Amino acid sequence: MSEATDVPKEIMVRGFRLMVLGRTADERGVNLQRQGRIGFYVPMNGQEAAQVGCGLALEEKDWIVPAYREIGVALSRGIPLKTLFDQFYGNSSDVLKGRQMPCHYGYRDYRYVTASSPVGTQIILAAGLAQASVYRGEKVVSVPFFGDGATSSSDFHAGMNFAGVYNLPVLFFCQNNGWAISLPREKQTRSSSLAEKAEAYGFRGVQVDGNDFSAVYKVVRDARAQALAGKGPTLIEAVTFRMGPHSTSDDPTRYRKQETVASWKAKDPIEHLREQLLAKGWITEEGIEQVQEEAKREVQSAIDAAEKAPPPEPTTLFDDVFRDRPKLLEEQRSEFMELLKEGVLRP
Amino acid sequence: MAEGSDGPLPLPYSESELQDALGSEWKALLTQGYRWMLFGRLMDNRFLGLQRQGRIGFYGPATGHEALNVGCALALAPEDWVFPGLREQLLALVRGMNLQGYVHHLFGDGMDPSLGRQMPCHPTAASVGYVSMASTVGTQIVQAAGSGYAQALRGKGGITVAFFGDGATSTSDFHAGMNMASVFNCPVLFICANNQWAISVPVSKQTAVTELAKKAKAYGMPGERIDGTDFVRVLSTLRSARKQLSAGKGPVMVEAVVYRMNPHSSSDDPTRYLPPGYLREARAHDPLARLEALGDRLGLLTPEEKERMRKEIEDEFRKAIAEAEVAPPPSPDSLFRDTLKESVWPLTEERDTFDRDQGGHFP
Amino acid sequence: MTDITLIQGVNQALKVAMAKDPDVVVLGEDVGVNGGVFRATDGLYKEFGEKRVLDTPLSENGIIGMAIGMALQGLKPVAEIQFMDFIYPAFDQIVSEAAKFRYRSGGEFPAHVVIRTPYGGGIKGGLYHSQSTEQLFTSTPGLKVVIPSTPADAKGLLLSAIFDEDPVIFLEPKRIYRTSTGEVPEGDVRVPFGKARTVKEGADVSVFAYGAMVPQSLQAANVVEKMGIHAEVIDLRTLVPLDVDAIVASVEKTGRAVIVHEAPKFSGFGAELSATISERCLYSLKAPVLRVTGYDTPFPYALENLYLPSVDRIARGIERTASTS
Ligand SMILES: Cc1ncc(C[n+]2csc(CCOP(=O)(O)OP(=O)(O)O)c2C)c(N)n1
Ligand SMILES: Cc1ncc(C[n+]2csc(CCOP(=O)(O)OP(=O)(O)O)c2C)c(N)n1
Ligand SMILES: [Mg+2]
Ligand SMILES: [Mg+2]
Repeated sequence: MSEATDVPKEIMVRGFRLMVLGRTADERGVNLQRQGRIGFYVPMNGQEAAQVGCGLALEEKDWIVPAYREIGVALSRGIPLKTLFDQFYGNSSDVLKGRQMPCHYGYRDYRYVTASSPVGTQIILAAGLAQASVYRGEKVVSVPFFGDGATSSSDFHAGMNFAGVYNLPVLFFCQNNGWAISLPREKQTRSSSLAEKAEAYGFRGVQVDGNDFSAVYKVVRDARAQALAGKGPTLIEAVTFRMGPHSTSDDPTRYRKQETVASWKAKDPIEHLREQLLAKGWITEEGIEQVQEEAKREVQSAIDAAEKAPPPEPTTLFDDVFRDRPKLLEEQRSEFMELLKEGVLRP
Repeated sequence: MAEGSDGPLPLPYSESELQDALGSEWKALLTQGYRWMLFGRLMDNRFLGLQRQGRIGFYGPATGHEALNVGCALALAPEDWVFPGLREQLLALVRGMNLQGYVHHLFGDGMDPSLGRQMPCHPTAASVGYVSMASTVGTQIVQAAGSGYAQALRGKGGITVAFFGDGATSTSDFHAGMNMASVFNCPVLFICANNQWAISVPVSKQTAVTELAKKAKAYGMPGERIDGTDFVRVLSTLRSARKQLSAGKGPVMVEAVVYRMNPHSSSDDPTRYLPPGYLREARAHDPLARLEALGDRLGLLTPEEKERMRKEIEDEFRKAIAEAEVAPPPSPDSLFRDTLKESVWPLTEERDTFDRDQGGHFP
Repeated sequence: MTDITLIQGVNQALKVAMAKDPDVVVLGEDVGVNGGVFRATDGLYKEFGEKRVLDTPLSENGIIGMAIGMALQGLKPVAEIQFMDFIYPAFDQIVSEAAKFRYRSGGEFPAHVVIRTPYGGGIKGGLYHSQSTEQLFTSTPGLKVVIPSTPADAKGLLLSAIFDEDPVIFLEPKRIYRTSTGEVPEGDVRVPFGKARTVKEGADVSVFAYGAMVPQSLQAANVVEKMGIHAEVIDLRTLVPLDVDAIVASVEKTGRAVIVHEAPKFSGFGAELSATISERCLYSLKAPVLRVTGYDTPFPYALENLYLPSVDRIARGIERTASTS
């Protein structure tokens, strides 16, 4: 694709590195779960270009409002691997204090909002964040990440509508990965594309090849510029494919054919970018090998560190319900500590 | 509208156009439509008045929506179901909901089919397929999808109509209802009565899309925007929509643009927010006046006939109101019925205690 | 008869009901081709087809709203919400619609829907795959709330729910989906609502529980048995309607009551039970009513085992209640 030339070399190479790192971390995440070393994992395998392409097109101060499958976005934002693996392990170093299932994280320092499991709720939050940015005069966009399934949720409807009415700088980034667990995209909705749902809310919708890094990057850059020029939100549908199971609890052989998966294998986003980089001479075979080796090392050291950390302190159970503990909760905490001391409760 | 004039916008149909749009019985339809629209108008005037006098507790007028209500009622078949929004009571009456029962409902007395349990203007009429409504905006839209699904599954015919306002298009149940009906190909006619206001919020602030019918595209559904104050257009559009639906061609959305000529409800003061000129524009779109002018042009009814109609209708109201005003309030016992099919503890005990405290009169 | 699991009990009830009555339809996310993420609806799609087993888009208000519309037309929809934690988009449809249709229409439009949903902790599901919010529904007049703890009850109560005429919230304790096993009668054998089940008789303390807390409480009762405390364990089975007579009879016998649930203590269903016991059995009580519950925090992930009432914690509660004089 000729448009690819528009994306600077530095971004392309960085994108490649992050996509490889993301996939490496992702594959390890699944394995760790299979080995019983972490409790759960949500793989993004196949969606690297969509995630990293979008992630790198954003600026540091832009708000990211993710779902549970966005490790590529998290890495693009610069969240350290160790921080992420601490969360997967739910250990005492986990910023979230082991309170959430793996892959449901968020870090204020990175303007990466904490994810929840209910599908879609983040979409409307992004409108609120954007409204606040506008009010404060910050030149940033808010970006909710969600799937094809989430377009049926009520918060998609509310988020899109509010962003349209208030003309907010929101980039609705929908990764259409073909599936909402077992439900194929065609059964999710009858609209001919997801992008065209934007028309119902009076703003732009664009569909982009989600497995093409530079295409995604450019669409997001463009939408971002428009949003900041006061031209309102954009819905971006990145068409991609979930190569793995929905999560480690899912068995996709029950509902989809191996051939479909195989046909998408041929459109592998990392392979695609790799070939582009090689063709341009922006990377060498040795360079690629080095990227892969580095990724493995980085992931391994994050895992080693996370595995060493002990579980969270039991009494942290009672922190952060409110800013301060109310009286009855304080009482429960005291009783709890007593039971721990007596050995009735065992960590 | 003629320059500077305050008269209604003409409905410029020729006789042959009417014949094409409504079929050979077009004259009878126009007359019938006119009578019911007049009925609706007089009903609103009468009951808004009663509310102002403190004789009923609340009233939600539908002045300006008459062509849509009546046109829709005449386009439907008896086996069809209607899930109303807030302003479809007239439609239920055209379909055969008992007027006396409805007036009892407005008074919230013991003869109200729903036993005085709801605010006025929330009637229920199972016998005419008119589903009991909630005040909560939008909830009926998705229920209509389920109703249509059931009708199709049973294969005995009948379609479902979901009515809702412009404001309701922002609700989650609109989104779900449209999507579900489309995905499952349900025979549901989605009618958005776009009266351009959701209490004080103009439709321009409700959504950034200029035509609500465009929202249908997001669900892969056809959507059509029509002038909802043009009785002829309403009736012909909805008739053909119904035909398409009963042929199993999937759901349809119709946006009918109307004007809210009265306050949102008896509790509302629109002078706080209506822009100057709105009511004048609304009057130009008065569906009753427009149809009347058409009828006059075609010589359908004489002034005497119209006057007689008006009298008959007023008489009906007078009788119904007189009867309702002497009806007893709902029996205290009814407070404890219908929460579940068979009451369970602790409600059974609460009922007994209540009765004992009142002297023990319950059956 | 062979032993089956609780979730198989659910599955059997659905099969029996669907085979018996063409008005029974099942709808929800992933319930069709995939057979449900827990496999509760396994095989239904094959046997009854896509017209009666609907794989829906991702919209809980859509699922429940659809189900209500179907019910108004006389179908008997059984809706699945994938996890109770995802029921809230449908809260409006449940609380303002299903629960009120009969009443608000003077009885003309009952909305009999069954809403099945896995609930409760114990599977390392964190905040959003673990909650027990039964009290949100028990405090809404017009809903029945049912919670089985055995395969036979899962089947028998679900059959009763499907052929009931009121909306039923059917909460399935997912933690014991596969660990609760037992024999189940063939065919359409129903377990009536409003009848608690005495799991173990005892004269010293009454223990009231439901769902996954029933086996936990039974184990705790066995622990204290060794200390000479004879606890009576009662599985409430249906929270609405509640078998108040069984509760009163037991407390009048023992004079002591322990209530066990996973939900947080404050404003939990235990508060209702405790108030009922104090209203009706005050003069029989020899000790304060005690609640052993989840803590008043959101549901944790890493520390889940410390959050949920454990056998030891329940045993300690029984012991304390038995020894108060
Ligand atoms: C409100 C809600 N309903 C149901 C679920 C269960 N669930 C988790 S992910 C998922 C499918 C989501 O599909 P999609 O939006 O396409 O995102 P993807 O998982 O494909 O990234 C479902 C049904 C949930 N988490 N939240
Ligand atoms: C869910 C909900 N939110 C708010 C209200 C209060 N309310 C009643 S009617 C109304 C406006 C409805 O506007 P629209 O849908 O356009 O119908 P219209 O009244 O114009 O017929 C509002 C906000 C409500 N009844 N339900
Ligand atoms: Mg998806
Ligand atoms: Mg309106």
